[in-house]
Amino acid sequence: MKMTWKGLIPLFIFSLLGLIFAVGLTKDPSKLPSQLIDEPFPEFSLPDLFDPETQIDQTYLTGQVTLVNVFGSWCVACDLEHPTLRRLAAANEITMLGIDWRDTMEKGKRWLERGGNPYDRVAFDADSVLAISLGVTGAPESFLVDKKGRIRYKYVGPISDKIWRQEIKPIVLALEQETGANP
Amino acid sequence: MYSAMISEFGQITLILALLVAAAQSVLPMIGAQKNDARLMAFGDRAATAQFVLLALAFIALTIVFVQSDFSTKLVAVNSHTDKPMLYKISGVWGNHEGSMLLWVLILGLFGALVPIYGKTLPAGLKARALAVQGMVGVGFLAFIVFTSNPFERLSPVPINGQGLNPLLQDPGLAFHPPFLYLGYVGFSMAFSFAIAALIEGRVDAVWARWLRPWVLIAWSFLTIGITMGSIWAYYELGWGGWWMWDPVENVSFIPWLAGTALLHSIMVLGKRHSMASWTILLAIAAFSLSLVGTFVVRSGVLTSVHSFAVDPERGVFILALLILATGGGLTLYALRAHKLRGGPEFTMVSKEGGLLLNNLLLCVAAFTVFLGTFYPLLVEAFSSDKISVGAPYFDRTFGPVMIVLVAFMGIGPLVKWRKDSWTSLKPHLLKSAVVIAVVTTLTFWLGKSVLGALSIGLAAYLAYSTCVAMGRKIKFGQVGSLKLLKAQPAAVWGFFIAHMGIAICMVGITGMSVWQGSEAKRLKLGESITVSGYEFTLKSITPGQEANFQKMTGLVQVQKDGEIVANLRSSQRFYPVRDMITTEAGIQVRFMKNLYAGVGEGDLETGWVVRAYVHPLVVWIWLGALMTALAGFVSIFDRGQRGPKT
Repeated sequence: MKMTWKGLIPLFIFSLLGLIFAVGLTKDPSKLPSQLIDEPFPEFSLPDLFDPETQIDQTYLTGQVTLVNVFGSWCVACDLEHPTLRRLAAANEITMLGIDWRDTMEKGKRWLERGGNPYDRVAFDADSVLAISLGVTGAPESFLVDKKGRIRYKYVGPISDKIWRQEIKPIVLALEQETGANP
Repeated sequence: MYSAMISEFGQITLILALLVAAAQSVLPMIGAQKNDARLMAFGDRAATAQFVLLALAFIALTIVFVQSDFSTKLVAVNSHTDKPMLYKISGVWGNHEGSMLLWVLILGLFGALVPIYGKTLPAGLKARALAVQGMVGVGFLAFIVFTSNPFERLSPVPINGQGLNPLLQDPGLAFHPPFLYLGYVGFSMAFSFAIAALIEGRVDAVWARWLRPWVLIAWSFLTIGITMGSIWAYYELGWGGWWMWDPVENVSFIPWLAGTALLHSIMVLGKRHSMASWTILLAIAAFSLSLVGTFVVRSGVLTSVHSFAVDPERGVFILALLILATGGGLTLYALRAHKLRGGPEFTMVSKEGGLLLNNLLLCVAAFTVFLGTFYPLLVEAFSSDKISVGAPYFDRTFGPVMIVLVAFMGIGPLVKWRKDSWTSLKPHLLKSAVVIAVVTTLTFWLGKSVLGALSIGLAAYLAYSTCVAMGRKIKFGQVGSLKLLKAQPAAVWGFFIAHMGIAICMVGITGMSVWQGSEAKRLKLGESITVSGYEFTLKSITPGQEANFQKMTGLVQVQKDGEIVANLRSSQRFYPVRDMITTEAGIQVRFMKNLYAGVGEGDLETGWVVRAYVHPLVVWIWLGALMTALAGFVSIFDRGQRGPKT
């Protein structure tokens, strides 16, 4: 069979594009940049959304396994995730700390009033103080923090019931087996 | 409950359709290879059967939605008993699974039309094209049956559904996907026939003339679909933008650009026997990009890379389908490229040369948009940076390409086939320069914007040149020109309407980009803001209740020079079922100028956020776009371009 080089050009261009996309899209985006995993949760001190006089800091995270969830009233994907978080809260599955990110207090509160508040506490981070040290790239993003206050897992994007069941819950169960006492 | 059976019935017809499609993709191909008339004729029957089965499946799903049968998961997630009937029905395709079913239904429809309109086609070509159409069907039906089954059951059965996304509860959007899909899927015909022609190693004028109407249909529907999307965004999203270079819009625009190039090159192939390679490649590209368009929106790849990895089953399937269709097509092209003859020679200054340039420019434009749309995705995938490519990029890259394209659109139609010279174009170019100068000066005097004036001048030049081209065809001003006008083939009318439409659209776009006035402020009752000489006053806020939402309607009165010119009602809707708020803008639509007001959140004490806009000429955008779509339909009725010449 006779082939010309000219005829191969379109196929070549397509293969190149396909390759780039295949590599790009199959990379698992939920993998955390390794430098944060197993590190202590960054120190922070942020006002409580519902009680701005009091501050929440990293000590809140020790003693139990906590799901830290970054959200915002402006974030559409958070609407998607919200029902799952509410179910988790209703079933008392895990302690949850919400980080209301790049928001106004008023809007954040209204959003939680309207959709129900699944969080045990909500820290208010309008200026991305904590978000930057956490390396948050977008909302929603979630972190599992073990009893000693170390980040053990990061999930990027909305958590669905399926994701919770298949991915996160097993890790939570494993983390709960660990003892929080020794350093 | 009968509905229990209906869902299963739909499931069965869907699986049967998959089996039929599988047979359709193999048997006619073997038949064509062995020259077996019976096997080839099987393609016709299979195509019809596939369509009937898919129609039954679609009807079944519609019934399930209409009956609000919440034992079917899709209905439970996407519908609600309180929803108006229209939206129960549009809910059928307002979700991933249902829209995929609509997609294959349309694919089946196009396939079933081949035996009806393709009686004059060579049996081998028809059989092979139907086989390829069958393969596409197998890919999609397998995708549906294995990863996106619309008839999946839910247990326990919920008491009520979760409602449909309220943003989709709008007549404009309810019918937006079907039009878009008629366009996307319509290009599957171009693809199937391109592949069939490659297998046969013969791409000729007869093939081009037969295929041309299908490309036109697909292209026209796609044009309408995109236009509807733009109109919807304008009045529904509440901030008065008609095009925002949003990925979802872009992915429908990219196949449109490729399709536009395709329908120009297929015309050359039909008339002059050249540009065979271009036509084949563009046919493959238009369909592949349509696939990208379908998948990107539905899989959510673009809104966030994350959702792709969340559902890897679908993601991998999608990639595989794309690679098989496009990679397969291009491999075949590589094997057969040497067999495609170049057709008669032509010089650069000729109609063929002009159309070649047109194709190049449209491809560059398509690539620009493609790059801008997918670049953030790639950056995000390879690094942890998040970037966004917005309007400034597109304005700077896509804009200039379009300006060059319009400049040549004014000349192309006036150039002769095969060989022409610049000297013969000189008088027209000189007159055009005068037209541009006059219109630009006038517009600048009125509008005080250099860019706006130049752009309107260019649009005027395009309209003028289009009229001159038409005038030459009918020997305007001479005896018998009226008779000639009547005798013009439909394709000429198509050309005229389409190019005029583009000129009109361009005027609208210029008006919106240059002379738009906007202002946003928190207003208490009785307060006002002034935009472009119009005074917008917030008069009242009234609460209300509809079947499936609560609303707050704000009345904004617009005055000019002390006289009331409009009363705009804008409302915020709250959908309790979905916990969502949408904004309905208040718009007064006029030929020369739209007045637009959106009333957002607020209360009595602090006032409400009111956004007021004055949008000059915005209607022209859609008028022009719909004219081009109409032109496509008009061109279909061209006898000279349809079927072999007798």
